[in-house]
Amino acid sequence: MEAFNKFHGSKDYIASPALQNIVNVSIALKRPLLVKGEPGTGKTLLAHSIAEALDKRLIVWNIKSTTKAVDGCYQYDTIQRLNDSRFGTEQRDVNNVEDYIKLGQLGEAFESDEQVVLLIDEIDKADIEFPNDLLQELDIMEFYIPELHKTIKAKHRPIVIITSNNEKELPDAFLRRCVFHFIDFPDDQLMADIVHVHYPNLKDNILKSVLEQFYKVRGYDQLRKKPSTSELIDWIGVLLKAGISEKEIKQKFPFIGTLVKKEQDLQYLSKYKGIS
Amino acid sequence: MIKRVIFTDFFFLLRERQIPVSIKEYMSLIEALDKGLITTPVEFYYIARALLVKDEKFFDLYDQAYLHYFEDAELPPLLSDELMEWLDKPVEQLKKIIPDWMRHYFSEEDLEDLKERFYEMLRRQKEEHNGGSQFIGTNGMSPFGHGGQYPDGIRVGGTGGLKMAAKIAHRRHFRNYREDRVIDTRTFKVALKKLRKLNRIGLEDELDLDETIDKTCKNLGDIELVFRKRKKNNIKLLLLMDVGGSMDPHAALLSRLFSAAHGASHFKDFKYYYFHNCVYGYLYKDIEREERIPTGDVLKKLDSDYKVIIVGDADMAPSELVATYGSIQIGDETYTPGIVWLKRIEDHFKKCVWLNPDMFVDYKGYTRQTIEKVFPSFRLTIEGLEEAIQELL
Repeated sequence: MEAFNKFHGSKDYIASPALQNIVNVSIALKRPLLVKGEPGTGKTLLAHSIAEALDKRLIVWNIKSTTKAVDGCYQYDTIQRLNDSRFGTEQRDVNNVEDYIKLGQLGEAFESDEQVVLLIDEIDKADIEFPNDLLQELDIMEFYIPELHKTIKAKHRPIVIITSNNEKELPDAFLRRCVFHFIDFPDDQLMADIVHVHYPNLKDNILKSVLEQFYKVRGYDQLRKKPSTSELIDWIGVLLKAGISEKEIKQKFPFIGTLVKKEQDLQYLSKYKGIS
Repeated sequence: MIKRVIFTDFFFLLRERQIPVSIKEYMSLIEALDKGLITTPVEFYYIARALLVKDEKFFDLYDQAYLHYFEDAELPPLLSDELMEWLDKPVEQLKKIIPDWMRHYFSEEDLEDLKERFYEMLRRQKEEHNGGSQFIGTNGMSPFGHGGQYPDGIRVGGTGGLKMAAKIAHRRHFRNYREDRVIDTRTFKVALKKLRKLNRIGLEDELDLDETIDKTCKNLGDIELVFRKRKKNNIKLLLLMDVGGSMDPHAALLSRLFSAAHGASHFKDFKYYYFHNCVYGYLYKDIEREERIPTGDVLKKLDSDYKVIIVGDADMAPSELVATYGSIQIGDETYTPGIVWLKRIEDHFKKCVWLNPDMFVDYKGYTRQTIEKVFPSFRLTIEGLEEAIQELL
């Protein structure tokens, strides 16, 4: 077996053994890891945690609806060059086109002198063809810059983590190249661990009743937006600040608005479940 | 410790269970085994899943296959989710969703009784069953199953061919993530992407390099930046969908097309309305056909540049198309016959097409022939949609 640093989670990120395995396999097989899951299940945090645990630099590429694959590779600043050619500059050489080529996140990751973790965040936000445009780059880890007649090749193959919120279907050719992990919503055991990371001093009885109530609300399938981990963390924060007792948490839902944010969902809860 | 076995039969089992696994993915599993990355059965479960299955909607099928392969669990041939849903409906509703053409053959066998017998049989049936006259399966003569000879039975599984997609009915963990039809939404979406005409519209925020160089030279080297509008898709789409009655068997296909059009962000505008069998004085905003808007208003509001796609099976009683007060929907009847309304739509918009989900191409009834004289018609398939888009452009 090839030796490589293994990922076991980091101090503020709890990863299930299955996830640890999958991360390590994707590193060993040199495949991008595609992570899907509900918002708030820690998809983005995973990349941060991998970078921290393996002591590597993290490069984040946030994808927007207008992002193009080539943006991640490089950008050619024509206007700056035109301006420099007219007015002159000390910092750049107008005759050297290289001074006006700026590498994108992907290019930066390729050029780095040591292995980095590259996070391509929310890939499903981009145009439907975007993942296909990245296939070549992610497969052979290089791209060509026509302006420079130069190929940028990865010095060290970056560890690539890609997250998706499932807004758009990803193309098959792209999926075939990835290792896939679906972050399931944490069960109460794992959730207790997660809460502990944020509130190390939380009393067990409070935690227990909070989680009970939380999973009760999540159990209502009619909700349009079920509360996720981040809402739970916020809710506990509010409860602690207000000094609410265990009994009160059990009997009613104080500050339910922190947990459930949609107007229709609140109406549904108060009307059918007597929660307000 | 898992020995170095080549799990080819596991690979084929997954494919058989309709999980789209490719050779490339299978090879990466072999690579992982080869590198010694998998040491325990639990690791195998997770890692094989991460490498072979790329969508959580298939996790459930993977679980079944895994249990079958490693623990000899049975793979019981069971109901499609759709059927389960049907069975949950009261008999009255069940009657309504039987396609019109089938109703013709329908003897008065009590549906409640049919349902009861169906459940009873499910309880008794232990294995997959093809042929024969009593159990659920394919090609038989019992009222249950499909591809059989019993005219008014309940169809179980299969969407056209004789293949029985057996599915487990136990509640399993990933069941909720299952959705057997999304993949095709993407195919529709990619096809719809071709429906575009790029025009320069909007703000002038893109640098026109050629023009800038030109102007700058004329300016004796003093930089003059020239900006232009970006290219954007100028296509507006109007989708009219026939729902209810004989369209019910096509509901899944229709919803795929709809979600593809709805999810496509490249249209300048996208409007959609529903109708039942034919368009009359009103178009409906919802699938239940509760909220409506006069067809005349739609024609007034939407300019003639909208590309119109009408989806329907064009199959109805001739009177519904050509008679005055022809609509069978109460409150929808107008003096003007349906065909005239369709003609008005065709007159108003420059480009219209009709997509027909019905697969029986050889037989065309009177209404379908008439409608195909008004609209260029295509089948609701990817190829058909692509041809229709050519027509629209």
